[in-house]
Amino acid sequence: MKKEQQPFWYHLKYAAVGIVFGIVFVKAQIISWFRIQEMFRLQSFHMFGVIGTAVVVGAISVFLIKKFDIKTLDGEKIVIPNKVFDKGQIYGGLLFGFGWALTGACPGPLFAHIGAGFYAVIVVIASAVAGTWTYGYFSEKLPH
Amino acid sequence: MIEQIQQPWPWYIAGIIIGLIVPALLILGNKVFGISSNLRHICAACFPAGINYFKYDWKKESWNLFFVGGIFVGAYMANQFLMTDAPIALSPALQSELAGYGLTNYAYMLPHDLFSFASLFTLRGFIVMVVGGFLVGFGTRYAGGCTSGHSIMGLSNLQWPSLVATICFMVGGFFMANIILPWILSL
Repeated sequence: MKKEQQPFWYHLKYAAVGIVFGIVFVKAQIISWFRIQEMFRLQSFHMFGVIGTAVVVGAISVFLIKKFDIKTLDGEKIVIPNKVFDKGQIYGGLLFGFGWALTGACPGPLFAHIGAGFYAVIVVIASAVAGTWTYGYFSEKLPH
Repeated sequence: MIEQIQQPWPWYIAGIIIGLIVPALLILGNKVFGISSNLRHICAACFPAGINYFKYDWKKESWNLFFVGGIFVGAYMANQFLMTDAPIALSPALQSELAGYGLTNYAYMLPHDLFSFASLFTLRGFIVMVVGGFLVGFGTRYAGGCTSGHSIMGLSNLQWPSLVATICFMVGGFFMANIILPWILSL
């Protein structure tokens, strides 16, 4: 089956993974503004533990996938594109860091906030979309 | 069992499950974990405005919008069915600092005095929600990824540009939280 012909329900499996992620976001208080403030003030190990464990588990998984040449469910070879360095990772990274500490959220938790009933966060998402659009508008003029 | 699920989950449980999202997406369909791309897909789908950065076939990436839709549903389910009413156990140092800015409601995940429609009309609420959101959208796309794409997916794949990005996320966050935010919150 070619990718272009996939019906929409073919993507529901990704929604299922997202549901698990959303539950963890709420249950481990990763969407809490307070937890992010604690992280940036070194007042709690919680968020460092979450991100650190995720990286270790992710790295072991990627290592095993490469070592045993594990295929996708459709039998395709798994390909992970390399990240190419440019100055955006520094300038953009710092700017995102500012935004992360202000809103207490990276993009994933913003979507979880709406699900958890914090409807005012719609404003934060709209502003993030505006920020992305502004980046797109100026992207060719910004240093990379 | 259900009592245990209703308690806040420890960091190692959350970390293991989030880490397993990386191989789950790869094995389900060669998808690379990364959430901030969705902000780009939303722009490409709704407001492309002839900008080169938004000229691509976003429909090919629509799996990621389903993923984010799942996050929304999962958060709704957890909040409706899996919670207790206990407030968040905050570090005493943070509590006393926040009390100094008049933020004393710890009953919810977000400080209610800061994240509400009414708060948008205060200077500090506007800066936190609108300026903060703008920086999240602008910064993640400029950096080419966020906590998921760089810090978890990129580091899992041993990509040094992702390490640079992650260090910059942290430096920016530490600077804002400790140097600038105290000033904003006292506005």
